[in-house]
Amino acid sequence: MHEASVTEALIKIALDEARKNGASRVTSISLVVGETTGYMAESLEFYFRSFSKGTPLEGAELKLAYVKPKIRCPSCGKLFERKQFSFDCPDCGTPGTMTSVGNEFYIDSMEIEKDGK
Amino acid sequence: MTERISVRRAVYEENDRMAESLHGRLAKDGVFTVNILGGPGAGKTTSLKQIIARLPRDTVSVIEGDIASDIDTKALRELGIDAHQIDTGGDCHLNVPMVESILSGMSLKKGGWLFIENIGNLVCPAEFVIGEDIKLVISSTAEGSDKPYKYPSVFQKAAAVILTKMDLAPYVGFDMDYFASGVKSLNPDAPIFPVNARTGEGFDAAVAWLKSLKAKS
Repeated sequence: MHEASVTEALIKIALDEARKNGASRVTSISLVVGETTGYMAESLEFYFRSFSKGTPLEGAELKLAYVKPKIRCPSCGKLFERKQFSFDCPDCGTPGTMTSVGNEFYIDSMEIEKDGK
Repeated sequence: MTERISVRRAVYEENDRMAESLHGRLAKDGVFTVNILGGPGAGKTTSLKQIIARLPRDTVSVIEGDIASDIDTKALRELGIDAHQIDTGGDCHLNVPMVESILSGMSLKKGGWLFIENIGNLVCPAEFVIGEDIKLVISSTAEGSDKPYKYPSVFQKAAAVILTKMDLAPYVGFDMDYFASGVKSLNPDAPIFPVNARTGEGFDAAVAWLKSLKAKS
């Protein structure tokens, strides 16, 4: 996987936001991660700890909110999570259609501290 | 005092922006770009040769992405194809800067084709746009009919699937209905082209589809 390059992109955005908001330190970064992206928390955290050293992000907590991919049944309209090796609707058995839920990968919010405030 | 700020920025934003800009430049010259994805040994290069054999040779350029060899590039060049090599030195996918860098030394035919064969990997290349018009997935019967279920992302993003090694299907217990149903769930609009890349069987339909898509672009 490519968590290293992705963590670099993530850090770039977080530092940009920290600067724009006049943060002296970032205490947490909340990420929304769709499970189809396959990113592992341990791996992101490992690179984050290493790459954030000496920046206002050092020591910040990465809060990952995973989103399970959702499939819609074209017959009964049910929105469901898949079982392994199947995309079939658990209610009526019709093969479902993948939605964009589960593809997310964005920084939702950050907690920051400002000097002297 | 801690303050919460709303960010809502995609981690891929910079890559996506660069890819969009590159795509804009390619499209301005009428170049149709196909990002070819598939696992190692699926038949990406062999399929590419069959596709190119059905197109005017001088309209085609190829970028071959590989981790550490230029065997495929050499094989394409021996056929007189304008092929260029990106050696990622271990990276699991191609990215926009790599493509831009190799393109700077290439002269693409206006109104032609650019095929980019990505690294053999069903996971990482699916996550990154590299300036293409479409992603084309090459999957083989020998890999098994469960691939859409195990690697949904790559099939979700594919404009079409070329299914190679059809001659092996009876020997490897390939279940076409199961495979096709998985692809349809992930991507209802993606056609599947069953082929034999060694004989060329099935490629006329795939290339006709590619041409119609290019004409519409």
